[in-house]
Amino acid sequence: MLMDMQFAVMGAGIGAGLVAIGAGIGIGQIGGSAMEAMARQPEAFGKIQTAMLVIAALVEVIALFGVVVCFLIYTAGTAAA
Amino acid sequence: MVTLQQAYASDAGDAQSFNPGDMINHHIKDAHGWEITHGVVVPLPVILYSESDGLVIFSSANFFNEAHQEVPYLGYLLSHEHISRADGQSVFDFSITKNVLFIFIDAAIMLLVFFAVARGYKKNVGKAPKGVQSLFEPVIIYIRDEVVKPSIGEKYQTYLPYMLTLFFFIWFGNLLGLIPGAANMTGNIAVTAVLALGTFFMTNFSGKKAYWSHIFWTPGVPWWLRPIILPVELIGVFTKPVSLMVRLFVSITAGHIVVLSLVSLTFIFHSWMVGFGSTVIVTLITIIELLVATIQAYVFTMFTSLYIGMAVEEHH
Repeated sequence: MLMDMQFAVMGAGIGAGLVAIGAGIGIGQIGGSAMEAMARQPEAFGKIQTAMLVIAALVEVIALFGVVVCFLIYTAGTAAA
Repeated sequence: MVTLQQAYASDAGDAQSFNPGDMINHHIKDAHGWEITHGVVVPLPVILYSESDGLVIFSSANFFNEAHQEVPYLGYLLSHEHISRADGQSVFDFSITKNVLFIFIDAAIMLLVFFAVARGYKKNVGKAPKGVQSLFEPVIIYIRDEVVKPSIGEKYQTYLPYMLTLFFFIWFGNLLGLIPGAANMTGNIAVTAVLALGTFFMTNFSGKKAYWSHIFWTPGVPWWLRPIILPVELIGVFTKPVSLMVRLFVSITAGHIVVLSLVSLTFIFHSWMVGFGSTVIVTLITIIELLVATIQAYVFTMFTSLYIGMAVEEHH
């Protein structure tokens, strides 16, 4: 039982790392495309920035799902141990 | 080498007495008293209803003795913020908990701010805005012109008051949650569920013929595909508010979890250097959280108006 919980806590840590990779790719692509768009059309800077922030927030929420799930596993693991 | 091992062993022992998971759970969950900082608790009214006693109202301070231990009161037990009766009878808990208190504070701030703004518009007719009015005018105009008008279309004026209320309620709630010692109000799934229910009812009650025909008899697809699309569309009616509910809940709660986890690092490592480092990171995260508080309020309002816009759209 203790061993299982240790694996669960380890899994929570690995999960958090994987989620960070995914969110990093997502936000990186959004940021990269936004930079490109701003360079092409500097006059649309404000609009692009707002849209970029909103979409980045949507991607970030996916990463935060991971944080919450990992936190739940962690609390379950430490409560059982 | 021995000293290092001993130090490690004693550290491990201390680390067990401090459990970051419990600390974080305690902070992000609802409570029957408002704990501003460790040991300073503002008692809140406990309102209970059970069949034999009827309505009972007393202070939540009665549940604790001088040593801050949980004690039974009038036959009611408080355990992990859950109230039950000693004799096992079912009891309904309508208490003013920490989150309910913060909903009231949020509402009070909104009343104060918007009565001041309304007074400003009455006083400065035809003149430049002043004071609180000039602080909120750009935000209100932005929500009206950039969010509600483009998504809902011509009939935006019917929905504008609700949208502005929604935006400012979520925004102020998120910002209140960032104050140290305050409650994680918009990070409570019950609060976000009620906000999402508002969206659900507004969308479906204002649904026009085009909206319902899109759900029940999707135009523009082969006839044999329509019964297959129907259940998907019906599920879509419910997933829209559910996604709003979960998005706000997760983004606010996870923000609190991240900040508190970084603070916990200091106590896990027992080092002032880690404390210094985590202070710097927590400051940066808090700045991002200020941004997230605004963006999540904006996203919730934008999606609500988009859904209503889809519902009120006339046939094209």
